[in-house]
Amino acid sequence: MKAIVFVEQRDGNIKKSSCEAIHAAASRFGSCTAVVIGPDLGDAYAGLGAYGASKVIAVTGDGLENYSVTAYAKAFSGVVQELGADVVLFSATAMAKDLAPRVAIRLDAALASDCTELTVQGDEVIATRPVYAGKAFITVTLATPVKIFSLRPNVFTIGETSDAQAEVEKRAPDLSDDDFVVRVVETKMASGRKDVVEADVIVSGGRGMGAPENWRLIEELADVLDAATGASRAVVDAGWRPHAEQVGQTGKTVAPSLYIACGISGAIQHLAGMSSSKCIVAINKDPEAPIFKVADYGIIGDVMEVLPALTNEIKSVVGK
Amino acid sequence: MNIFVCISHVPDSTTKVRVGPSGKEIDEEGVTFILNPYDEYAVEAALQMKEKQGGEVTAVCVGNDAVKETIRKALAMGVDKGLLIKAERSRDSFGIAHAIADTLRDRSPDVIFCGKQSIDYDSSQVAGMLGELLGFPSVSAIVGLEVDGDGNITLERDIEGGQEISKTKLPAVLSTDKGLNEPRYPKLQGIMAAKRKPIEETEAAPYENRVQVMEMRLPPAKDAGKIVGEGVDAVPELVKLLHEEAKVI
Ligand SMILES: Cc1cc2nc3c(=O)[nH]c(=O)nc-3n(C[C@H](O)[C@H](O)[C@H](O)COP(=O)(O)OP(=O)(O)OC[C@H]3O[C@@H](n4cnc5c(N)ncnc54)[C@H](O)[C@@H]3O)c2cc1C
Ligand SMILES: Nc1ncnc2c1ncn2[C@@H]1O[C@H](COP(=O)(O)O)[C@@H](O)[C@H]1O
Repeated sequence: MKAIVFVEQRDGNIKKSSCEAIHAAASRFGSCTAVVIGPDLGDAYAGLGAYGASKVIAVTGDGLENYSVTAYAKAFSGVVQELGADVVLFSATAMAKDLAPRVAIRLDAALASDCTELTVQGDEVIATRPVYAGKAFITVTLATPVKIFSLRPNVFTIGETSDAQAEVEKRAPDLSDDDFVVRVVETKMASGRKDVVEADVIVSGGRGMGAPENWRLIEELADVLDAATGASRAVVDAGWRPHAEQVGQTGKTVAPSLYIACGISGAIQHLAGMSSSKCIVAINKDPEAPIFKVADYGIIGDVMEVLPALTNEIKSVVGK
Repeated sequence: MNIFVCISHVPDSTTKVRVGPSGKEIDEEGVTFILNPYDEYAVEAALQMKEKQGGEVTAVCVGNDAVKETIRKALAMGVDKGLLIKAERSRDSFGIAHAIADTLRDRSPDVIFCGKQSIDYDSSQVAGMLGELLGFPSVSAIVGLEVDGDGNITLERDIEGGQEISKTKLPAVLSTDKGLNEPRYPKLQGIMAAKRKPIEETEAAPYENRVQVMEMRLPPAKDAGKIVGEGVDAVPELVKLLHEEAKVI
């Protein structure tokens, strides 16, 4: 099977989760071609060989520096058709959730979103994906000649990297103004902290934090762990924290190595967003709080006391 | 303005999922169905657009007779009329997008709102597919929306670590995320009025799923964790466990 991976870049930086997708493709299909749309960065993309891409196709042209769902869908689908690929992988990022459905229509291909496992059995590619916010999983096959899968970030590994360089080819698709009917005009990146979806460690707070000013305790712990800060819906709805931090069924789905829930009761909709975290720590003063049912480790106690002690102890252990 | 809002009829978010006898779908016995939470933002956006620009709002749902109950919820919020596209309930997102595109193509929509995702299958596909099928621009998971009198729209969406501002023009398909607005609650008057609002019915063309489910299973049960202790005294032990046993710090 011939596999193509859509590689996402912003300002010339390649997303780590795209490298996960390259490794997933190369390790299952023997080799893969990575397709990057964006500014002309010369041979800089050859480094994708380290994750297993044998070839990189750099698609450049006027207007393609910034994301445009319509132009990117046309340009990317064109490359897939030209190469005659039958498996297409995306990492299920905000961009891919916007783009992959349009690509699926253009390629007349079925799309399985946000997969957490991908296996090849003979001619079949079988994907596993969470449904009902992770309360169940389905295994699916796709009944179209071209099959598209998007992979949940942070679930697939980037594997062992090598020093292989990929061959880089260029394409300059023929696009008109009409193809750019949607275009991104500005990107505002929050400085400093990582996003919950991409972070390896998350320190998350709920109503048990008492008041927004107490978030300094969350921030201090997050600083020593180089972590993102998350929040329950209760505190987002109360205006204590921004929407982008909300974890759960109507927020972000996360799968970090370590999730520390502080003053969060563990409502089913919150668990839906974080229960696939590899290690969960809960700090809650109520021993009956449902969060303790999913936590690997728990402390029964007041966040106002436990959090500063935890920050200090970790500082002394990790030596920061 | 001819405004459409696509709505999905889903199990309540507190539903305890059990696998049904087919081994491929949930057991719907005893499950309460609601208007998909993300679609509440879509309905609100549609109503606000009508309030500003005038026109009519139609709620569209692909499904069987049972979904009429959910269409009525949108009518109670203030939507003018319903459109039920009759089809089996187990359609994948492509089958749903196709049925909607076929039905709306000749009804000259100015804007079609969807939710970011349907909280049953969590696919996040319908809006983009609908856009491509109709040849309309699409922007998914918006948290900000401004429309001027000439149909130019400016949208904001969350991306990893920030926000993205994009521009496009009507007609368009837009999918809504939490943060866009505060959906209104239906008032008693609205609930009464909804009973008299029309729900038109059409049939979807037959369709076979492209995404074929082989099996549904529940996640492996997780062992209850360890309560390390109470209060500040438990902190050193916790850090030791995280460092030496779990090896996460
Ligand atoms: C359709 C729908 C979608 C939803 N989506 C989401 C979602 O995406 N994400 C989400 O999080 N929620 C979601 N919810 C809301 C969810 O049901 C809960 O209401 C919410 O998660 C509760 O937030 P919380 O744990 O911060 O607050 P609470 O439930 O009030 O819990 C506070 C906890 O803090 C503890 N506590 C209090 N004081 C202290 C202290 N000093 N020290 C230690 N512990 C303390 C208490 O014992 C309690 O367990 C959704 C709800 C619905 C209906
Ligand atoms: N059966 C349906 N009928 C009408 N609209 C739907 C249906 N299913 C999904 N949608 C719309 O498409 C959005 C995204 O669904 P999905 O792509 O399936 O996650 C939902 O939020 C709805 O707006």
